[in-house]
Amino acid sequence: MASVSLLFVTLLSVTLYINIKSFILWDQSQTFLPSLSDSVLMDRRFPFKVLEHIFSFVDSNEDRNSVSLVCKSWFETERRTRKRVFVGNCYAVSPLKVARRFPKMRSLTLKGKPHFADYNLVPDGWGGYAWPWIEAMAARRPLLEEIRLKRMVVTDECLEKIAASFRDFKSLVLTSCEGFSTDGIAAIASTCRKLRNLELRECIVDDLGGDWLSYFPETSTSLVSLDFSCLDSEVKLSDLERLLSRSPNLKSLKLNRSVTLDVLESLLRRAPQLVELGTGSFSDELDPEEISKLTKALSELKQLKSLSGLWDLLPEYIPVLYSVCPRLTSLNLSYATVQMPDLIDLLSRCSKLQKLWVMDLIEDKGLKTVALCCKELRELRVFPSGADLDETDVTLTEQGLVSVSEGCQKLESVLYFCVQFTNAALVSIAKNRPNFRCFRLCVMEPFAPDYRTQQPLDEGFKAIVERCKDLRRLSVSGLLTDKAFEYIGVHAKKLRMLSIAFAGDSDLMLHHLLSGCESLKKLEIRDCPFGDTALLENAAKLETMRSLWMSSCFVSFGACKQLSQKMPRLNVEVIDEHPPKTRPDSSPVERIYIYRTVAGPRLDTPEFVWTIHKKPEVGVSRLAIR
Amino acid sequence: MSYRLESVDKEGLGTSPGLKERNYFGLSDCSSVDSSTIPSADKKSSSLNFKATELRLGLPDSQSPQRETDFGLLSPRTPDEKLLFPLLPCKDHSASGNKRGYLAKSGSNNAPAAKAQVVGWPPIRSFRKNTMASSTSKNTNEVDGKPGLGALFVKVSMDGAPYLRKVDLGTYTCYQHLSSALEKMFSCFTLGQCGLHGAHGKERMSEVKLKDLLHGSEFVLTYEDKDGDWMLVGDVPWEIFTETCRKLKIMKGSDSIGLAPSAVEKSKNKD
Repeated sequence: MASVSLLFVTLLSVTLYINIKSFILWDQSQTFLPSLSDSVLMDRRFPFKVLEHIFSFVDSNEDRNSVSLVCKSWFETERRTRKRVFVGNCYAVSPLKVARRFPKMRSLTLKGKPHFADYNLVPDGWGGYAWPWIEAMAARRPLLEEIRLKRMVVTDECLEKIAASFRDFKSLVLTSCEGFSTDGIAAIASTCRKLRNLELRECIVDDLGGDWLSYFPETSTSLVSLDFSCLDSEVKLSDLERLLSRSPNLKSLKLNRSVTLDVLESLLRRAPQLVELGTGSFSDELDPEEISKLTKALSELKQLKSLSGLWDLLPEYIPVLYSVCPRLTSLNLSYATVQMPDLIDLLSRCSKLQKLWVMDLIEDKGLKTVALCCKELRELRVFPSGADLDETDVTLTEQGLVSVSEGCQKLESVLYFCVQFTNAALVSIAKNRPNFRCFRLCVMEPFAPDYRTQQPLDEGFKAIVERCKDLRRLSVSGLLTDKAFEYIGVHAKKLRMLSIAFAGDSDLMLHHLLSGCESLKKLEIRDCPFGDTALLENAAKLETMRSLWMSSCFVSFGACKQLSQKMPRLNVEVIDEHPPKTRPDSSPVERIYIYRTVAGPRLDTPEFVWTIHKKPEVGVSRLAIR
Repeated sequence: MSYRLESVDKEGLGTSPGLKERNYFGLSDCSSVDSSTIPSADKKSSSLNFKATELRLGLPDSQSPQRETDFGLLSPRTPDEKLLFPLLPCKDHSASGNKRGYLAKSGSNNAPAAKAQVVGWPPIRSFRKNTMASSTSKNTNEVDGKPGLGALFVKVSMDGAPYLRKVDLGTYTCYQHLSSALEKMFSCFTLGQCGLHGAHGKERMSEVKLKDLLHGSEFVLTYEDKDGDWMLVGDVPWEIFTETCRKLKIMKGSDSIGLAPSAVEKSKNKD
């Protein structure tokens, strides 16, 4: 907020200075300029055009939200000028309201299901439907150019509606969405003549075949990015080749796994301008001539900065990638089942790497190499390679992360899966890297203490939140008592998102968090032993947050009712797939999802979701329109 | 390193007003969910020794760290108590154990019953889990066209055992060799009859080392081949077996019905 006010004061003073000068130099008929004696900063006669000009420098939606709170005229000016609209919870506000408020909207970003839906904690059919939004925008904002959805249910109908309604549609980015088929994609491809981005990131798609690719217009396309890596079925090679040949602006191409290695060379030849490449499968057998052709084709990609895909990468193909390594800023090896020491050959050549996603096959040794060679590293994610928890004979320990935190000065974002950890390691990591903004540690064994001292990991996480003053996102794991959360409450003042599982002792834990973490926006908790008291004591806090998720905790039905009555602008939703016949106040609730909203209870709840009614005697209501 | 969610004998709970039965993981065992009540926040003030009735999570023989504060975890259970599963899998189990806890493997409808897994843990997106599942079934041995390079490691799991082992098929020369090694490995659990056969009745392990009182059934050795089908071990020549085997599982005899039943009959007739 301070930076915003400073910016405004500066801009206003600059503008004012110029105006004053011109006032002196120009004719006195320039009556629209405020006289010097007025309190000019908040003058209502300050022309819209000037405000509009100033606001055009304000990009971040957070700043824009602050701007719109200053006064009515600023609210009006801001809303008329906002082009990119972001709604973090699609149920927090109605589509109609959003459509009406922002007449110049060109881009809409929506998020639907709670984050824990990624881990199967939200049953199918929960909600997050894109249709009401698309319908509303189609009717009122036909100039919309971009739609970005995350964790929402998108149907073919939605996609067809988009294709039919927005004549300048340019960009569709769907992340972790579901509910549509390749037919819907074909509709977009064929109808949206100005399409630039079509990205399907980890979506669950009803894959009816690879024909959709042939629906792009026969004339040259305006495609800049195409990502179909989540689809299963094969696309025709000739379709893909021809598409690449007539898409001169294509900068990002992410193939799916069924694109085999032997055809990659021919594709790359047709798109040497690529900046981002996601390969298909990298394990098919090639003869030496094919290998050398592929090596050459890759070396021709002079602009390539990002490489991903690499499914089942075989060690003997690693040299093929050597030519692109020195330029890479982003490398995703998280589907490449390559082990040490082959990984070292690859990583030691990537000196410009800023983002690395890899599996625990990299081991501590590999991470040491990263610490030595990848000095520009900003983001590291290490995923477990074993499908079950049992596959733990890979030598990736806490040491790996310690080495990287020592060697990579710019490291600010980490996601690390590891079997067990120590407080000492966490303390070292915190000392080395106080610049963390995102720290997500997943100690895979629930309740695992520091394996050397058998103590809880409280002190380790204390060091993290104490030293990393800019921490925005934190995921904790391992054995943790209430103390850990006391530390988090006291120190993590900039923390916005916190994920907790299998931790804590009592209601104090939640109380520390809700009363201490000033910036907290999203809190998600599973399997922790507390509930009612802390929740009710800190009810007001919940309206300052986007959402709270609690599952398998000790929250009672009575507390949910009380909370809902107390806080009119919260939706308290109970998810219960095995509802009891009677619901006394003391009965526990399987899962609750609480979020602030100005749209009232939602009307599309399935039968296993109940929105607690505001009137106490009603208790539970299910407002469902079928 | 799998672990189990287990419950402890509940008799000790009857007398204490402050201690209630808790389903720590939000168990889908519906009857117990209904009957549990919310503990009061000041349970620390109770003077009862909660340790004996404390539910702790841990490997069956491991020493879980002593916790000062009492809170509900699940302790190692005696074998004959029901496994408690969290949240969703009520219907999963009625669906003939298709799913392996949270990991759904497409196409392997004959997969053995799910191990006790916590839903949504570790927190990995389904897209990644599904991709890795089909990856590992293609690549477990990584010896395509390169015999001798790398070991032929396959996982061996057993119904009722809390963790998996891995064996290198390359170190064995015949079925008997493999079966005796497995027998040694899993002898601390129950190992009944292994349905191994061939033309050699003598090589079959006919001795029942330790009858499993609960299950009261024989065990058979099965494997998953590279197509994802589960077969009885011993049907094919050894060399082909080592090439096609991806995973081994020691199953209860009753579960193996439906897997090459003629083989089971054959072995029985050879007695």
